[in-house]
Amino acid sequence: MDILLTPFMIRALIAAAVTGLSAPAVGTFLVQRRLSLMGDGIGHVCVTGVALGLLTGTSPTFMAVVVAIIGALLIELIRSTGRATGDVALALLFYGGIAGGLLLVSLAGNGVLALQGYLFGSIVTISTSAMVASVGLAAVVLVATFTLLPQLFSVANDEDYARTTGLSARFYNVLISVLAAVTVSVAMRTVGLLLVSALMIIPVATAQQFSRGFKVTMLGAMAAGTLASLTGVTLSAFADVPPGATIVLVALAGFALTFPLGLVVQRRRRAQMPFPVQDGFETHEHDTVDEPHRHEHGPGCGHPAVEHGDHIDYIHGGHRHAAHGGHYDEH
Amino acid sequence: MSRVVEITRAGVTLGGRPIVRDVDVTVDSGEVVALLGANGSGKSTLVKAMVGLYPLSTGRIRLFGEELSRFQEWHRLGYVPQRSAIATGVPSTVAEIVGAGRLSRRKPFVPMRREDRIAIREALEAVDLADRSHHQVSTLSGGQQQRVLMARTLAGRPELLVLDEPNAGVDLESQQAIANTLGTLTAAGATIVVVLHELGPFADLIQRTLMLREGRLVYDGPPIDPAHPDHAGHHHHHRPTTPPLLRPGVRAPFDGGQS
Repeated sequence: MDILLTPFMIRALIAAAVTGLSAPAVGTFLVQRRLSLMGDGIGHVCVTGVALGLLTGTSPTFMAVVVAIIGALLIELIRSTGRATGDVALALLFYGGIAGGLLLVSLAGNGVLALQGYLFGSIVTISTSAMVASVGLAAVVLVATFTLLPQLFSVANDEDYARTTGLSARFYNVLISVLAAVTVSVAMRTVGLLLVSALMIIPVATAQQFSRGFKVTMLGAMAAGTLASLTGVTLSAFADVPPGATIVLVALAGFALTFPLGLVVQRRRRAQMPFPVQDGFETHEHDTVDEPHRHEHGPGCGHPAVEHGDHIDYIHGGHRHAAHGGHYDEH
Repeated sequence: MSRVVEITRAGVTLGGRPIVRDVDVTVDSGEVVALLGANGSGKSTLVKAMVGLYPLSTGRIRLFGEELSRFQEWHRLGYVPQRSAIATGVPSTVAEIVGAGRLSRRKPFVPMRREDRIAIREALEAVDLADRSHHQVSTLSGGQQQRVLMARTLAGRPELLVLDEPNAGVDLESQQAIANTLGTLTAAGATIVVVLHELGPFADLIQRTLMLREGRLVYDGPPIDPAHPDHAGHHHHHRPTTPPLLRPGVRAPFDGGQS
């Protein structure tokens, strides 16, 4: 246990916690907008930023933030002008970003090995100043996300409608992209650029199996992300495995373990969806159920109750029974 | 009598194809206007241009006397889109969706106030979904989802409502619920522009109909119902039809409207 209390582990755990909190918060909006791979795209672009930092002898993290924001704005620009679909826009940047980064690193005279800590994460060697920067950037992301949650939600959920309430869809789309870029830069040291997107998306996939609402999904994803990050770092300290990969595998295991339960919950919710009411339904001759009912259908009677127009149908032996006067109708 | 909508020689071109051409329409305060036309006649495109979602290629649109490009009073406008994608992606609750309707009146960074919560609750009550506020939207029926869209718009307490085919894919009960809600709003002085395929449960509300054909306005006058012979399955009564006054290019004079 002592190893968890060493300064470098404490720094690593703090950096992991803020990454686990902020990545899924932004990721929830990306999933809603069907841009799940955006984090990956920005991550690849970040390689160029890191390489620029190494080449110019400035801070690779700072350059990564700058280049990531430029990349995110480019993705948004390409996407919104409709010149290419979202995924094509992402693909263009993926390859440009990673190729540019590799070229610049070789120009800098560093081998590609210099990139390794950024590609795969290097959380246990994180310095105090880098950790403070991570905490600061993550705080910016979380404050922006939560204070503008209603606006960001509306634009992500139904962009056209949001525009008719006077919201600038472009502004909020760009904001999400910039927040995603900052998050990628934060997570770069934790899980590495190649796995950044996993921490933005997997916890959301886990949480949305169980949630009914957007905010709850987001909070659940943040909890799952933080748990996975802390568990991953702790495991890696004991088992001598790379922390970045361990964090992502723990997150994946979380999804895999909850998946069967999620299926049950989803199935139950689908079973409760109301039956559609057909036009002219009320003109049907009604069919009385022949068999006498030994018990009365009602809340908690044990038969699945499903809404059907203005009444409830009870699923009874594959039939839909609806109370009508003193008897049951077949619906 | 104030002009709420003023469309002058409006044209909309999408992807190089003229969809709406040379349309002149005015709607006065308190009017209830149905916009009819076959599929592809440009009625959806016209209302989207009206609420600022599509740019005009020609002409201009004013809402409440203000050019659309400079329009700021979005809380006065309430748009109900057709078949929105609200139920896809990350789960969201009915209350969250309806809450988005308040954003025309809320400032960024300011938390939800009491009046916002009251407006959301009243909007849900108006469409008879008050008991569903914490349900996941995707578990509601198509008709209920359409009522959620309606409630979202009502939550912003707009003066002008623009609805795009609120009846499409909606069960009769929900159609009636939506028509009743609109009736209440009309009585309270709201102005309504509604895109319809046929008047259906809205027949009693509509004071005036517009008809588009191939992007042009071909009729503007007293209500007509495009009685479709292919709706034999319906058992509601079409009112005795006025002979369709379809004379392309000829419009009934604007008489200032009676409301």
